[in-house]
Amino acid sequence: MFPAQFDYQRAHSIDEALSALASHGGDARVLAGGQSLIPAMRFRLARPAVLVDINPIDELAFLRESNGFLCVGACTRDYAIEVSPLIASRYPMIADTSVLVADPVVRQTGTVVGSLCHNDPAGDWPTTSLAARAQLVLRSKSGERTVSIDDFLVDSYTTAVKDGEMVTEVRFPTPDDRTRGSFYKMERKVGDFATASAAVRITLGADGKITGAGVAIGALGPKALRVGDAEKLLVGAKPSVDLIASAAREAEKTADPGADNRGSVTYKKAMAGVLVARALRTTFERLGVKGLA
Amino acid sequence: MKVNVTVNGEAYERDVEPRTLLAYFLRESLGLTGTHVGCDTSHCGCCVVLLDGDRAVKSCNMFAVQADGHAITTVEGLEQAGKLHPLQQAFWDQHGLQCGYCTPGMLMTCVAFLKHNPKPSEAEIREGISGNLCRCTGYQNIVKAVQQAAGAETAEAVAS
Repeated sequence: MFPAQFDYQRAHSIDEALSALASHGGDARVLAGGQSLIPAMRFRLARPAVLVDINPIDELAFLRESNGFLCVGACTRDYAIEVSPLIASRYPMIADTSVLVADPVVRQTGTVVGSLCHNDPAGDWPTTSLAARAQLVLRSKSGERTVSIDDFLVDSYTTAVKDGEMVTEVRFPTPDDRTRGSFYKMERKVGDFATASAAVRITLGADGKITGAGVAIGALGPKALRVGDAEKLLVGAKPSVDLIASAAREAEKTADPGADNRGSVTYKKAMAGVLVARALRTTFERLGVKGLA
Repeated sequence: MKVNVTVNGEAYERDVEPRTLLAYFLRESLGLTGTHVGCDTSHCGCCVVLLDGDRAVKSCNMFAVQADGHAITTVEGLEQAGKLHPLQQAFWDQHGLQCGYCTPGMLMTCVAFLKHNPKPSEAEIREGISGNLCRCTGYQNIVKAVQQAAGAETAEAVAS
């Protein structure tokens, strides 16, 4: 099916985009990769009156470390993440995610920020961003604000972006030498939405105790969910088989999936635990902890 | 809305509605029906074309107006001076198609894939084409064809 009619505006600079968004308010949507938005428009699930195309804004296609963050611009494609030596060497959880998003062709056009703004409950980047404790930079004609990923992901397909605002970048805290993470996704076939996903990020203190933990699950509720109870029991503890099992149980409790052709509620809750356990085992292994595999 | 695009080296100017999808623009406005529309929902990869030479895009998932000022390569643009592209020749040699419906998208995906990864392993080839569906399930020979083309292209590069 063809999308409903809309007015197309091409922005060549951030200011141009913000002016267009300011003049059209809630009727306008930003078009970046369009790999979720265009299908949604074709199914008439989305009917924006105006599309503001930000693809020509070269200054938004960046991937760089700055002030303790990995900064990913609104026009940076998934493929750029996938092939980045910096990501491969320093950001294992993001590297894991980058090769599991959609399929290789879609990744050449889709963007990380676009995925976050779309906020599909089964999207991959929201899950990873929660575990990483990412921040989003939102701009409008009246200024700039930074929003934590927890506040940004409001509900299914709903974010904290207000009328006249756009996300210009997402920032992932740069891990130190004692921080690692991993991402796991269960899918029926390549390119399908996740049946369940889990992202984990752990910081290990010099004494072998966990000093920081990020645990999130995806496709298991109205949006990606932080497993706060797992994070609490991980921090202060030493990695062990029992600890992994306890954290996995918390993930099962937090999961709030709906039944569909990808699985029943019981099955998906069980997978929340399985994937969190796998992500923890891989993360501990990456931290050099032996004997938990 | 005016769109100026270069398709297979030829410049075109057309007036289109913004909601016109690139795949339909190519097929219906330009008459280039080599680009197929399969699932129409961005899953199957039949409609893949190249944007600016090295980026594979599903053209049912991009508006024609977005291509303004860009160069598009479709399957019609692969053959040069009556000579098949090494990938086309390899698909021929290895019987890499049965019904042929997925072939244009498969070829364009593989052209971009080999540009990024000229000497892929079999596993990498299978991953590389995982966004393209062949419902004849002829993947075995498609993989062989890509392997042949990877060798052939390298041999040509060495020779030149």
